[in-house]
Amino acid sequence: MSDAVKVLFPGAFTTLQDPGRYGYQAFGVPISGCLDLYAHVAANALVGNPENAATLEMTVLGPKLEFLRDCRTAMAGGDLRAFLNGAPLSPWRSVAVGKGDLLSFKGVKTGCRAYLAVNGGFDVPPVMGSRSTYTRGGIGGLDGRPLKAGDILRKGEGTAVRDLALPESFIPAYPREITCRVVAGPQASFFENLETFYSAAYEVTAKADRMGYRLKGPALAFKPSAPQSIVSEAVVPGAIQVPADGQPIILMGEQTVGGYAKIGGVITPDLWRIAQLRPGDKIHFTPINVETAQAAYREAMKRLYDLQRALA
Amino acid sequence: MTSLENLSLPAFPLFQPLGDRGLLVTLGETIDEAGFHAVRKAQFADTHPPLEGVTETIPGYTTLLLLYDPKAVSYTDLAAAAKERLSIAGNLQLPPPKTVTIPVAYGGDFGPDIDFVARHNGLTPDEVVRLHAAGRYPVYMLGFTPGFPYLGGLTKRLWTPRLKTPRTRVPAGSVGIANNQTGIYSVDSPGGWQLIGRTPLKIFDPDRKDPFLIHPGNMVAFNAITPEEYRRIEKGGLP
Repeated sequence: MSDAVKVLFPGAFTTLQDPGRYGYQAFGVPISGCLDLYAHVAANALVGNPENAATLEMTVLGPKLEFLRDCRTAMAGGDLRAFLNGAPLSPWRSVAVGKGDLLSFKGVKTGCRAYLAVNGGFDVPPVMGSRSTYTRGGIGGLDGRPLKAGDILRKGEGTAVRDLALPESFIPAYPREITCRVVAGPQASFFENLETFYSAAYEVTAKADRMGYRLKGPALAFKPSAPQSIVSEAVVPGAIQVPADGQPIILMGEQTVGGYAKIGGVITPDLWRIAQLRPGDKIHFTPINVETAQAAYREAMKRLYDLQRALA
Repeated sequence: MTSLENLSLPAFPLFQPLGDRGLLVTLGETIDEAGFHAVRKAQFADTHPPLEGVTETIPGYTTLLLLYDPKAVSYTDLAAAAKERLSIAGNLQLPPPKTVTIPVAYGGDFGPDIDFVARHNGLTPDEVVRLHAAGRYPVYMLGFTPGFPYLGGLTKRLWTPRLKTPRTRVPAGSVGIANNQTGIYSVDSPGGWQLIGRTPLKIFDPDRKDPFLIHPGNMVAFNAITPEEYRRIEKGGLP
């Protein structure tokens, strides 16, 4: 374990994340974790890390980092236009860096979030089994907060790995308009115009963060007989809540309880794609049954496995 | 209150998917102590032994959410297994819930809104303390922030609306009232509850072996302490 990276500028919202903190949702501790698991796993695999190693989740405007030692690094996810010592650096491949090298970003070109891995993984003490940062609870990552200038990030001892590039077929596109598969939610029958929900485009508003994505589109109408809120109950990432104003909110990784009606639940792999949308982007919803949803989940997990195999 | 039956849903318990890895079991629709015990029994039945493929079991006021791994079990098989477990849950005899006693320094800087709560209910601050500390509060669920308990059982004589303007920072340990609810802030956070006291105990401590002082299904009791006792316990003394 040694000092690996110095933070010169923290970027818009940069946190340490791993696949998440599981097992404590009954106690009000959300999963947190990387919002785009696919990109997180890819970045780790490119530097020879297991999927549970911590990466930096960078949002829209990336940080400025100085490497303090020789190591290997890789980025995956949205293209935040990275530059290594002033020269463009491509995502989806690993690169050797040395002491004094500077990594900077010029702003988002595609997607919303990028993941930066170093071989051996960023090292912070796990909190309740995870290195994920949960800022509202003030736990995990670096003192439970986003990076700030002057922070020093340590890393574990990684194995020396060769130059690796992810095969083209594994690199996703990040279009600004996507279709998400939704399983009807427990309160879907509260709504009068389900066909509107499944035919209109909903726009991502500026109120979109790790807790939830607030959308804007044709209002969803409650049936006159339906209550506009419910007795609070547990929620999961992907749950689509609809408050009284009829504008849906997709819950991401940082909420365990909700009191709004849930019209549906976005399936897990499509939630990773939502994590790459930014304000102004559009979502269409398409209904699927739970069996098809589970098949899609298993297929997405197999693809993650295949990706890791392709780089092993 | 609108009955869910108007929306042509089948009778309780109700089994519904939530996304691709959640099974929501709804046991009823009203918040009361009967529901509290029904959820306790259902949680016990679903976790002894754990249902195959289930990764977390999360209680709500009237619900249990089972999170599962779709690689290990299908929704249909899990719903059938949960249904079978629930069919025997009603006959379970569980030991009475554990009572967690929380020491609270009421009033003063610890509870700046106690005078408002007293005035609002035509009581003296001392009566607020006596009534609040006399209650026994079922812990329906935890959420909002880590370890924050959703408590039932607040006497009507203490019901008080939220602050008109929420505070930007409420210290962890603050004990408050919001309408018919009472609760304990588990971390420093913004909040609009009427603050009547504070506990020196850490409701949530991620570094403790059990980070959570209060579990869903427990009962909470409050015990009035002096500011001196507060400081003694805060320094590590036994409550």
